Amino acid sequence: MKYFPLILAGLLRKKTRTLLTLLSVVAAFALFGLLDAVRVAFNAPDNVAGIDRLIVASRFSIIQPLPYADYNRIRLLPGVKEVAYANWFGGVYQDPKNFFANMAVSAKSFLDTHPELVMPAAQKAAFLKTRTGAIVGQTLADRFGWKIGDKIPLKATIFPKKDGSNLWTFDLVGIYHTAQPELRGLEQQMFFHYDYFDEARQFGQGTVGWYIVKIADPAHADQMAQTIDHLFANSSNETKTESERQFQLSFAKQIGDIGLIVSAIMGAVFFTLVLLTGNTMAQAFRDRIPELAVMKTLGFSNGAVLRIVLAESVLVLLIGGAGGLVAARTILPVIAAASGGQFDLPMTDRTWLLGLLLMLLIGILVGLPPAWRAMRLKIVDALAGR
Amino acid sequence: MTALVEIRGVSKVYERGAQKVEVLHHVDLDIEEGDFLALMGPSGSGKTTLLNMIAGIDTPTDGTLSVAGRRIDNLSATALARWRAAHVGYIFQFYNLLPMLSAQKNVELPLLLTRLSAAQRRRNAGIALQLVGLADRVSHKPGELSGGQQQRVAIARAIVADPTLLVCDEPTGDLDRQSAEEVLGLLQKLNRQYGKTMIMVTHDPKAAEYAKRVLHLDKGTLVETASA
Repeated sequence: MKYFPLILAGLLRKKTRTLLTLLSVVAAFALFGLLDAVRVAFNAPDNVAGIDRLIVASRFSIIQPLPYADYNRIRLLPGVKEVAYANWFGGVYQDPKNFFANMAVSAKSFLDTHPELVMPAAQKAAFLKTRTGAIVGQTLADRFGWKIGDKIPLKATIFPKKDGSNLWTFDLVGIYHTAQPELRGLEQQMFFHYDYFDEARQFGQGTVGWYIVKIADPAHADQMAQTIDHLFANSSNETKTESERQFQLSFAKQIGDIGLIVSAIMGAVFFTLVLLTGNTMAQAFRDRIPELAVMKTLGFSNGAVLRIVLAESVLVLLIGGAGGLVAARTILPVIAAASGGQFDLPMTDRTWLLGLLLMLLIGILVGLPPAWRAMRLKIVDALAGR
Repeated sequence: MTALVEIRGVSKVYERGAQKVEVLHHVDLDIEEGDFLALMGPSGSGKTTLLNMIAGIDTPTDGTLSVAGRRIDNLSATALARWRAAHVGYIFQFYNLLPMLSAQKNVELPLLLTRLSAAQRRRNAGIALQLVGLADRVSHKPGELSGGQQQRVAIARAIVADPTLLVCDEPTGDLDRQSAEEVLGLLQKLNRQYGKTMIMVTHDPKAAEYAKRVLHLDKGTLVETASA
């Protein structure tokens, strides 16, 4: 501890260089914090305890449809209050870059199971009675300037119509909003009638993408999920019942192995960080060779000099790394709020611990070569500039 | 009476690639406690090498070197570092203060290797700075001090742990005449009033006049002895 002023003095010798190094460490660990939260979210085991709404999808893949016939079997299970169903449509509005989620849903049961979608009773009634009707979230309506009565053409990317056309036109009859800010992400979606969709599509009739099951007692969610999956076990359409959050993550996983992608990015980031800080530490050591020789002349042992140089490197990583993780911790709720709760990623104790280990490891890794050289420094040669 | 520093048959050979250069050749020398010795000689004569060996920052190739009755030529690197911390105050030509530390903190550096508390370190450093006439410059950094003042801070750093020996390598080599005389006067005061044993390497005959004894080295051999 009494060497701390010396360690600090070493770091403050070139303030700009230290600041830039610190910023690169902050950036790397902020990225680590964010990406590790993503990785944790994607790798976390699903826990449906306490949830009153479950998603039932194919056990094998979420793009594998389930037969409509399952609807009644699920609905008749004791403890099930309501069952809705939905099918991903994937339509494009004008340009592929205008992406938003659009789905065919069982209109009435869907609204019944999703009380968080709030809209005027007249619009709700209009939706239920208009076969080509669609409802959109307020955010989505604002984005494209849509208003009630507009016709919204979507170009199908998966489901052409029976007549071979890819153009589906919907009548906008309702604009919903969500009461809770954390659900604002739901306002970026569009829902329309499954009946209309199923009748008009060229293939896949009689199947649905997934079921949404509202249960009577959230305390028995776990048991309910097992009961549903057990019901379809050993059938040609085995199911996997999970929370909505996990279902959304499964949807995103279609891109690829998110964990592997995240790990690869983090690996590249830290590899670059090691090179960058390693180079800076080596440069800092070269600049300070005479000072280190003076310290040795004064009686600082080889081991003490090694520890001081190593501590500088570890300190940079600890300060920058902690700053980065705090930044990530600050950014994550902002992302969650901006996405309306769709990307509510947790930053766990494990991330902090892993971050701390990485700080120490990288600090030692980049600090050890200059520290080793400092330890082996020959006073006479160093003072003579050899 | 036993000399404080006893050098017997000391040689030093440097290897530069395949070439071997003998810098010191069988040097015998005694330095009494309280002496103020000036080592003079042309460049490459081996005076700084001899000084460095007395200070324990270099080791002889051959011969023995004892300080206060203890052989230091065969100590391990760690033991030698510990010995330096307790027994040697080194004053460099170019002051070699740590630029980011204040005068106070620079002077405290050798005390970090002792068991003194932070308050004691601060107090001792203050006393040392007072002794060299820089009590009003404790918070100044080296860059804010003149060359003469920096060298006085370096002297304070050298004496703060009350070492057995003060070794000075061209202490006035980077100073103007007035500053040089101030520094030399200070060294002389430390020798005469406080009984500090001093060994000083210098090119400057005027600087050597402040010493009690002057030795000349030429091609690694002591060639002449003069007493002030």
